[in-house]
Amino acid sequence: MDLNYTPEEQAFRAEVRAFVTGHLPADISAKVKSGKRLHKDDFVRWQKVLHAKGWGATMWPTKFGGTGWSAVQQHIFEEECADAGAPLQLPFGLKMVAPVIQAFGNQGQKDYFLPRIVDGTDWWCQGYSEPGSGSDLASLKTRAENKGDHYVVNGQKTWNTLGQYADWIFCLVRTSSEGRAQEGISFLLIDMDTPGITVRSIIMNDGEHEINEVWFEDVKVPVENLVGEENKGWTYAKFLLGHERTGIAGVGRSKAQLKHLKDIARKETSGGRPLIEDARFRDRIAQVELELMALEITNMRVLSAEKEKKAPGPEASILKIKGSEIQQTIAELQMHALGHYALPWLQEALDPAWHGVPVGADYAAPLSGHYFNYRKTTIYGGSNEIQKNIIAQMILGL
Amino acid sequence: MDFNYTDEQNALRDTLARFIAKDYPFEARRTLAKSDAGFSRDHWEQFAELGLLALPFPEDFGGMNGNAVDTLLVMEALGRGLVLEPYLSTVIVAGGLIRDAGSDAQKEAILPAIAGGELMLALAHYEPGARYEVSRVNTVAKPDGNGWKLSGAKAVVLGGGAADKLLVSANTGKGISLFLVDSKAAGLTVRSYVTQDGGRAAEVRLDNVAVKTDALVGPEGGALPIIERALDYGIAAMCAESVGIMAALDEATLEYLKTRKQFGQPIGRFQALQHRMVDMVIATEQSRSMAMMAAVKADSTDAAERRRAISAAKAYIGQQARFVGQQAVQLHGGMGVVDELNVSHYFKRLTMIELTFGNTDHHLGLFSDTLLAA
Repeated sequence: MDLNYTPEEQAFRAEVRAFVTGHLPADISAKVKSGKRLHKDDFVRWQKVLHAKGWGATMWPTKFGGTGWSAVQQHIFEEECADAGAPLQLPFGLKMVAPVIQAFGNQGQKDYFLPRIVDGTDWWCQGYSEPGSGSDLASLKTRAENKGDHYVVNGQKTWNTLGQYADWIFCLVRTSSEGRAQEGISFLLIDMDTPGITVRSIIMNDGEHEINEVWFEDVKVPVENLVGEENKGWTYAKFLLGHERTGIAGVGRSKAQLKHLKDIARKETSGGRPLIEDARFRDRIAQVELELMALEITNMRVLSAEKEKKAPGPEASILKIKGSEIQQTIAELQMHALGHYALPWLQEALDPAWHGVPVGADYAAPLSGHYFNYRKTTIYGGSNEIQKNIIAQMILGL
Repeated sequence: MDFNYTDEQNALRDTLARFIAKDYPFEARRTLAKSDAGFSRDHWEQFAELGLLALPFPEDFGGMNGNAVDTLLVMEALGRGLVLEPYLSTVIVAGGLIRDAGSDAQKEAILPAIAGGELMLALAHYEPGARYEVSRVNTVAKPDGNGWKLSGAKAVVLGGGAADKLLVSANTGKGISLFLVDSKAAGLTVRSYVTQDGGRAAEVRLDNVAVKTDALVGPEGGALPIIERALDYGIAAMCAESVGIMAALDEATLEYLKTRKQFGQPIGRFQALQHRMVDMVIATEQSRSMAMMAAVKADSTDAAERRRAISAAKAYIGQQARFVGQQAVQLHGGMGVVDELNVSHYFKRLTMIELTFGNTDHHLGLFSDTLLAA
């Protein structure tokens, strides 16, 4: 055991840093670092840059066009990307549907979909939750009737993150009402241009359009778009959630946000002195840094072990719980660092084209909205309470 | 980075696990804690035979060249066994100090003797009224012919009663210095007592205790960094010990949740208790990560980096261990607060670790203050 980076890993970090800082478009990193609103094109441009370098899918095995990197290499990559102000590589295609297609899809699906995910052609969104099926996901009611060469889908999905841009949606649908609820679910890939699909925006607590509802009315989906076997979708769904959980530990991004928090605490003043000299506030920063230091190592311990087992286990739930709590705490401290300048809500200031006069410090505008928005992190991907159920049942046998 | 143990380390871990399970049962440990000495010379000899007493020392001085990870494994196992023998005070702290700062003659005289189980040592540094402040030393060493005369008082010296020699810090006028003092020296009073966790510590008084020139360890006036390093090494070891105890408490509590029945079912069926148990396991795994970091950084030659990491680990593990200890007691109900079950003993040991060599607040403060440096 050795927690120090090897010379090879240090050289790898230098290589990643040189590439990322050299090829990340400056306008994109400026938006990310100042908390401005990102558009579809920003995500896609960055994905294409990475793909051109062969780094489009760092978490995939090489046989599918991934890099085949170790857990440590991936961690270094994520840390460097976050530090440079790169936009998050959206997980819906790369980290969610792709591993399912790789593990359970047929050759045609692998050949068609995987290259289009890694090169940024297709934008994916997730069709899991329904208005009546949140934590109890298996109770989902969206139906798919098998008509021989196609399914007819009817129902409603919700919380579809950035679904307004999506070319494709992967959906859990009910294909049978027999037996246990989990046994009648199938995993369908649906083209968002199919007639009968309606996307309606949901505005979040920060005033932003990030999530949607997707309605299906007699939507015809070719049977070729079924992944794996009919009525086996729950197995694939759980497999996918395991992958999602590891992604949302977000250590690299939290380190970048912690750095931002410290910068803010040095610039803000309290009693005529830098806020960071206020021990009461500084200790709160120190506390979350301790949590993050521990999580960074736990994250790599879990991912390294999983690398050998080839699939995420229930331990990933630990990463989700701690990662989301840390993200929320940092967002909370960033907001509190502003004092009363947390109050102004200048939504126009999030527009990259806005060049108005800020109220308070130039870094202030996005922080409160970020705090409110980030309450989502302990809810999505299986709420943290559901994660605890998973650990209790799968690891502890309770 | 590499998260795997070597084959030798896996073998060491298995050996220790067998030793604790077979030769260190809880009931015998409970009796031993109440004995006069508070530990067993027979166990100490077994430690010597197993190579534990030689582990962290260089081969040139009868040691086994073990690294920080080896120590981590040993301390985890000793934690699980609630081992009473003064391994931390003799081998880790005082032995580590001689290894890192002793002259060749001192290493030659001391390390093989520790490794063989013939010599016990203790660091007598903290003082009454100084709380956790490492740099506050009121004990004085006055030059006296062919050496010095030491006078002062030392507080809560771990393993002080059993020690054949004490490493005493004192101010010579040139600054903090360290001296090897024989425990039978004239003018030395050692008042040994039982600690809350069943261990032993002592209040030490020095009244004109004479030592020779060769008793000086490290440079005159330059002992503070040496002491800090030895304490940090001890803290890293206690972090690992804590993790061993936390894992043992998690196992005991989980077993209890599965077997204890109320309302006609195992209490582990209740979600409130399930989630508490999960929080305990998460706290333990996060602490394990921090203990690994502390072990690795304890060897760092960059003192500032080492200090920051050690305080981070001590503060964090202190908090998490308090949580695990308190909740293990809570989930055991009344059985959690009785003397006959190991749970209360694990809890007490964790609690005393939190208060040793700087408590959680102290180390959180030290870590927090490093944020002031840009």
